[in-house]
Amino acid sequence: MLSTLRLTGTVASRGFAEGPLVPLTVVRTRSREAGDAHTELGTLRAAIERAVAEIDTIAGSAGDEAAAMLEFQRAMLEDDSLIEPALAAIAGGQTAETAWSTALDAQIAEYASAEDEYFRARSADFRDVRDRVLRALAGEADAAPPPGAILSGDDITPSQFLATDWSQGGAIVLRSGSATSHVAMLARAKGVPMLVGVSGLPHTNASNALVDGDDGAVVVAPDTSTVIRFRSRRAAGALQRKHAEGLATQPCVTADGTPISIYINVARPDELAVIDARTCDGVGLMRTEFLYDKGLPDEETQLLSYRQVVAWAQGRPVVIRTVDAGGDKPVPGFTHQETNPFLGVRGIRLALASPEVFRVQIRALLRVAAEGNVSVMLPMVTLAAELDAATQLFNQEARDLEARGIRHAMPKLGIMVEVPAVALMPELLADAHFFSIGSNDLMQYLMAASRDNGALQSLHDVKHPAFLNLLENVVRVGTEKGIPVSLCGDAGSDPQAIQPLLAAGLRSLSVAPAQLPLVKLAAAQVRL
Amino acid sequence: MTSDTPELAETKVLIRHHVGLHARPSVKLTKLAKTFAARIELAMSEAGPWVDAKSIVKVMATKAPQGASVFLRAQGHDAADAVAALRALIERNFDEGTTPHALDT
Repeated sequence: MLSTLRLTGTVASRGFAEGPLVPLTVVRTRSREAGDAHTELGTLRAAIERAVAEIDTIAGSAGDEAAAMLEFQRAMLEDDSLIEPALAAIAGGQTAETAWSTALDAQIAEYASAEDEYFRARSADFRDVRDRVLRALAGEADAAPPPGAILSGDDITPSQFLATDWSQGGAIVLRSGSATSHVAMLARAKGVPMLVGVSGLPHTNASNALVDGDDGAVVVAPDTSTVIRFRSRRAAGALQRKHAEGLATQPCVTADGTPISIYINVARPDELAVIDARTCDGVGLMRTEFLYDKGLPDEETQLLSYRQVVAWAQGRPVVIRTVDAGGDKPVPGFTHQETNPFLGVRGIRLALASPEVFRVQIRALLRVAAEGNVSVMLPMVTLAAELDAATQLFNQEARDLEARGIRHAMPKLGIMVEVPAVALMPELLADAHFFSIGSNDLMQYLMAASRDNGALQSLHDVKHPAFLNLLENVVRVGTEKGIPVSLCGDAGSDPQAIQPLLAAGLRSLSVAPAQLPLVKLAAAQVRL
Repeated sequence: MTSDTPELAETKVLIRHHVGLHARPSVKLTKLAKTFAARIELAMSEAGPWVDAKSIVKVMATKAPQGASVFLRAQGHDAADAVAALRALIERNFDEGTTPHALDT
């Protein structure tokens, strides 16, 4: 019996599910002696024809999104370019199975290594096409998993999704996978919860598992009290969602008619796949730390990621924060090793200490700024000299791009207000184009209480008069100097905190996407 | 088919589709290309490599992103019509409108 296992991943489709955990089956190919080339060729052609016929059968009963995906797979199977390498391998004496697998594996590997997330996600379609033909070669039909199950595996093919009966619930949890895959779109269309990038998933069955597709959590073999808590959360979530749904695409307005701008915080561009841009006013904080997970990212890699978010926003404002790395999250060749990283060389301090690294990000930001409504936010700014130094680097890189004839634009440069010295005297940074209060760090520095120490939770109180006093001060100076003020951080995502934040004068919040409907609901009930 | 000098046509067009030459757009493009007799090729740069615009596998493999320029050229008696029709499809954003997430809700 498995002991309780709690794992987290990226949400590809929202919702809750409870059911047995069932590993997805993998197609097995039998090994056999190759017949003569002519026979093998006939075998492969027949299997492909059968696969095309199967697709036609499923497409008849599929929704629009699924039908478009199946049409794509069908077009692939009817393209001789896909089959040519297999034909050559068969002429060289291989079996139909080996020749087909090898040919498709090459395509799958090619797409899996694509830079662009959307093209990377297509490797799942090629896997699906490969497996469908392999099943036809083995004489197997689509194997349907039991209804109501939570399917687990490295990835799931669109066909496996379509062959599953989702009428009794169920969910999908994947070790790899992608929120922009065809399956993820199908899952969202059908309301099937789905998590991707869940590391540590067991390879065995479990009699019960819980999926919280709001928080991106999965619990394998939960104990009774966890199940009870989960069920009440699910019920409360469903009820609140019903209330909040009515507000989803409505502008956010308080009970007494004051408009509030609500933006979202984004940690990775693929999170946006589950969010309708019309439900918010834009992206108030795009974090860029994910780009540095595997070392220093080049300019093009960064540009592609920024472009994805800007394209999603469809003209709405996007605020991109320059990298906020530090000794707590080491990046080789960039961060410094320190004994007290939260009070160390981090954020803008680190960026200015390694201008050669910072300049790469600046160039990507200048380039994407020409493609949408982009602002750039500098983290951990303490002194006006830091903002000046960063501004100079932006100007220098803009001149360089200009000289090289590369399309670019100068974004508005604003700062995070998260160091108490800045919150106390924001007028010293009046050159900033906007202030965004980083509530998590401002709180931990103000209260001298580490934010990741659970024993100090009671000190992280948004309603503490000292904290609210600072907020009011930043809003007052912002109003006097004509500098827009907003807040990004967990405080804005807590429905309980909305009343005091708005009462302190804030009219713009950037929140966790999962909390968007609840924050709008909370704001709609506030009287100022 | 005439055996005289074959008709030639070329053009360059910008992709505005929010993810580029993606699965659905590629299906539409190759389907349309197949309705013409001309040999039609597509490339990401004028210098090539040129690929068969009737092969979805090859068109997808160009991985043309949003904002990329695509070069089209055709050879055959209906080359000019083919290039004009494909160019129009790309300029119409593959008839997908401007709300990429409409299908996701």
